[in-house]
Amino acid sequence: MAELTYREAIARGIAQEMRRDESVLFLGEDVGAAGGVFKGTVGLFEEFGPVRVRDTPISEQAILGAAMGAAMTGLRPIAEIMFADFFAVCWDIVANEIAKTRYMTNGQMSFPLVIRSGNGGGLRFGAQHSQSVENWAMMIPGLKVVVPSNPRDVVGLMAAAVRDDDPVVFLESKALYPTKGEVPEGEIVDALGTATVLRQGSHATIATLGLMVPRALAAAEELAAGGIDCTVVDVRSLIPLDTQTILRETSATGRLFTVEENPRVLGWGAEVASIVAEEAFYDLDGPVVRITTPHIPLPAADTLEDMALPSVERIVTTIHKAMNS
Amino acid sequence: MTTTEASPVHDVDFKLELYRSQVALRRFESRAYDLFLENYVKGTSHLSIGQEAIAAGVAAAMRPDDWTFATYRGHAHTLARGVAMTPVFAELMGRANGLMAGKGGSMHLTSVEHGVMGSYAIIGAHLPIACGAAWSAQYRGTDQVAVVFFGDGTVNIGAFHEALNFAAIWKLPVVFVCENNLYMEYTRTSEVTAVAHPAADRAAAYGLEPIIVDGNDADAVYEVARTAIERARAGEGPSLIEAETYRHGGHSRADPGKYRPDEEVAFWTSAERDPVSRYRARLVELGVDEATLARVEADVDAEVDAATEAAKAGAAPGEDLLMKDVWANGGAEWRN
Ligand SMILES: Cc1ncc(C[n+]2csc(CCOP(=O)(O)OP(=O)(O)O)c2C)c(N)n1
Ligand SMILES: [Mg+2]
Repeated sequence: MAELTYREAIARGIAQEMRRDESVLFLGEDVGAAGGVFKGTVGLFEEFGPVRVRDTPISEQAILGAAMGAAMTGLRPIAEIMFADFFAVCWDIVANEIAKTRYMTNGQMSFPLVIRSGNGGGLRFGAQHSQSVENWAMMIPGLKVVVPSNPRDVVGLMAAAVRDDDPVVFLESKALYPTKGEVPEGEIVDALGTATVLRQGSHATIATLGLMVPRALAAAEELAAGGIDCTVVDVRSLIPLDTQTILRETSATGRLFTVEENPRVLGWGAEVASIVAEEAFYDLDGPVVRITTPHIPLPAADTLEDMALPSVERIVTTIHKAMNS
Repeated sequence: MTTTEASPVHDVDFKLELYRSQVALRRFESRAYDLFLENYVKGTSHLSIGQEAIAAGVAAAMRPDDWTFATYRGHAHTLARGVAMTPVFAELMGRANGLMAGKGGSMHLTSVEHGVMGSYAIIGAHLPIACGAAWSAQYRGTDQVAVVFFGDGTVNIGAFHEALNFAAIWKLPVVFVCENNLYMEYTRTSEVTAVAHPAADRAAAYGLEPIIVDGNDADAVYEVARTAIERARAGEGPSLIEAETYRHGGHSRADPGKYRPDEEVAFWTSAERDPVSRYRARLVELGVDEATLARVEADVDAEVDAATEAAKAGAAPGEDLLMKDVWANGGAEWRN
């Protein structure tokens, strides 16, 4: 068992797959010799060389177009979009081309590719380098979407994403890059579409994702001290969505709170809340409550950004109030 | 540029085949137009009437395992690679015996087994995708070439420029074929483009030679494509070809194309400019007898008729197709 940072786990996960399978290539801006702007891919260029780890021009459409063309002809590319906000300049390739072409061609083609990207806030970068865009990706039929919350899951979900025969949008919470966690030795391969229960409680269930997972866990500790014992579910994979785990854990406690980094409107928790309302309504002891970033572009100043993103304090007070009303 | 073998373009049998291919594209498209007017083809369709020499000439220069990337105006490019008429008609009509069982429609014709790696309806998107296929061929050392067709209007979208630069820096085996038919949908491309030759004048920006070819002369198209494809196969990188042509009809559906001056239409549709009549005259000049040409034309007509009927006989796609093939496992499940 080694302790790795979330950022080191990225390189470890990619390297695990590139060693195993020559059809796995990696491309993006500054990913090679520079090791990535977040230093998430240090060492890959040295180990796999410039043919398999390719630096690209600042051409997001070309990066993802190239990944798509390579995938349809038998390779398994991993493409990096530096900041998830930049999906907006290549969204056609993601939403119209990669996502739709298998269906439109009646299954003639598959797109086994991974698009990884630094997602979300916490670094005071301002509105164009901080948005949490998992709901953009989630609402496009034909895309799978995962968001790991810890170094072990980075490795395991990366392996699952690379080995999957469908396109996977792999969103890394930027603010988690320096965080550490235990990662077992040897190969780690997770399954997409599996949520994990990180904490078991009896009073309320919190479903959460990515950067919000450590905050939800910290909030659960505080709430427990005040007599509210929470289950915490790390959703991990938005598509496919492990609805059964969420429903089961919600029914067990009778209350569901979602903690989401994405802006409020049509965030992933809205879909979860609607599923729970339809399928577990009679197990609920109170309304489903969503704790999200407000529906605003993210501000840059540390004080403002901290107000915007769900904090441990906001999670605690929201749940406390809801449970005592 | 290297030309390794003598060109077959001087061979009469080769020419006769190229003629047959152009006649097939012409008559397929004419029938598709009729079927649209008869409401058999719903939605939309974009015809290549007047531009057949490009699809036919380039396809003749491709190896069976090379890849075509086409646009929504892609019936001709698909058929030219050897795809049968019946599934293409049927796809236009939304039938279960369609090329994609009715799930793609006229704008997305795809036949992987023929190297037709899709027809794309977002302007410019398929240029970077073709680069990716070429990158894959380069990495795997298969010496396959990707050929990507697009229009004159497409040179003003960002994806064009990203793809050209990308192909140039990685020396990718990709051939970019711009079919300059002078118009976008309803606007003359020259009115909205900074340079006179939309593709060729941009070539220098990517370190490429400007190549302009008479797109209504299948032999000329074939020769220029052959050279570009050989170059790509030899690892010498991409080429950008601008083929000058004209669509005889409107942009799509039943557009009468009234935004174009009469003299211009008359010039381009004249027997001297029309690629099919021109090619026929060339064959006559070379001594091919009338009976041979008439037989080629009659065979094509019979093929078009039979394919029309076979397509019409197809069933409507069933509900089983609706939730199929979103994912590689064949299904559409997004949750458990
Ligand atoms: C991104 C995008 N913008 C606009 C359109 C609508 N559109 C469809 S065809 C077309 C004209 C394209 O002209 P050109 O590239 O010259 O090709 P042609 O139709 O002449 O073959 C336009 C604007 C589109 N499909 N995609
Ligand atoms: Mg045009």
